[in-house]
Amino acid sequence: MWAWLHRLGSPKRFYGWSGTLARWAGWGSLLLGAAGLYYALFASPADYQQGESVRIMYVHVPAAWLSMFIYMNIAFASLTSLVWRIKVADMVAAASAPIGAWFTFLALATGSLWGKPMWGTWWIWDARLTSELILLFLYLGYIGLLAAIEERETAARAAAVLALVGVVNIPIIHYSVEWWSTLHQGATVTKLDKPSIDWTMLRPLLLMAFSATLFYVAVALRLARAELLRREADSQWVRALVDGHQGGGER
Amino acid sequence: MNPKRRNRLLIIALVVGGVGVAVALALVALNENINLFYSPTQVVRGEVPKGHTFRVGGLVRDGSVRREGQGLTVSFDVTDGPHNVTVDYTGILPDLFREGQGIVAQGRLNPDGRFSADQVLAKHDENYMPPEVAEALMKAEQEGALANPHSPQ
Repeated sequence: MWAWLHRLGSPKRFYGWSGTLARWAGWGSLLLGAAGLYYALFASPADYQQGESVRIMYVHVPAAWLSMFIYMNIAFASLTSLVWRIKVADMVAAASAPIGAWFTFLALATGSLWGKPMWGTWWIWDARLTSELILLFLYLGYIGLLAAIEERETAARAAAVLALVGVVNIPIIHYSVEWWSTLHQGATVTKLDKPSIDWTMLRPLLLMAFSATLFYVAVALRLARAELLRREADSQWVRALVDGHQGGGER
Repeated sequence: MNPKRRNRLLIIALVVGGVGVAVALALVALNENINLFYSPTQVVRGEVPKGHTFRVGGLVRDGSVRREGQGLTVSFDVTDGPHNVTVDYTGILPDLFREGQGIVAQGRLNPDGRFSADQVLAKHDENYMPPEVAEALMKAEQEGALANPHSPQ
């Protein structure tokens, strides 16, 4: 099992399977996203209290979920890279960071647009909003740290430590609405109880969430592959790949 | 697992665990400051900052909303069950404001025990449903209550 995982993580093997996975994930994201948008905008009802504004949820909630999911992925990849020294893990972590930062920004921005009509304010310093903003700063710090250190290995290691320390923030974001009194409402779907959302509204929400996840997979893998080629440019298998491509072009 | 990797894993676990404990302690110490609002019970018991702005949160008590003439001045009670606080507010209320709705008001406590707010925000809960379902639920609840007034639900 371990040996098998190790082999999957070797640069050449990774380049092989990640291309296929990225392509499938991209198409899957497009299809699920189209279906999700159709249900979200046309085939789902308005809320009994919030009216049409509830449709912001179908972007806001997947973005917020992804902002945390991607961070956990970065942390897991950082752990793998620190302990097992698997190069590919570094590249996956680095490739995930900008996507995660954008999803965090999207969650904050759509939340703000939702908050004004519903709550009556664009922003409030409650525990949920503040911890999500801290997540954005963690992402920016991670990206900045990676870019600031010239030596690649050192940069990856320093950023990995930052990512792991920042993991503390993830349970705080998730439980902030339970531990403290906040303006933000509690969890709807991820609580242990039956989700308190009508199926007609849960359906577009889940479709959008899966679409966003696949989007992340497709983009992160592509970024990681590009970085891999850049770093391994002098290795034999990349040269063989390039030669093969050029040969194919001439034929 | 070879000892080198085990050591690295151990160090990471210790660092993350240590940071976790430190943050947890800080958050417990700051608990009161992280809470966005005080409950009416805390206000009645005098556990709120005096002479400072603070927020009070709870449900708008049914039948307590009074508007003064045609103006924007409104007063209502915020309740958490056992205790109420009367809030005076002049301004535009959020769309979700209604009796029975959760709200958060920011302002000061006057010496007479009334709370004069300069901002009223609406809180909404985690339930989402189309209007027809909400109506059906309400109807079922009423019918259930008529048919069997002593049933728990």
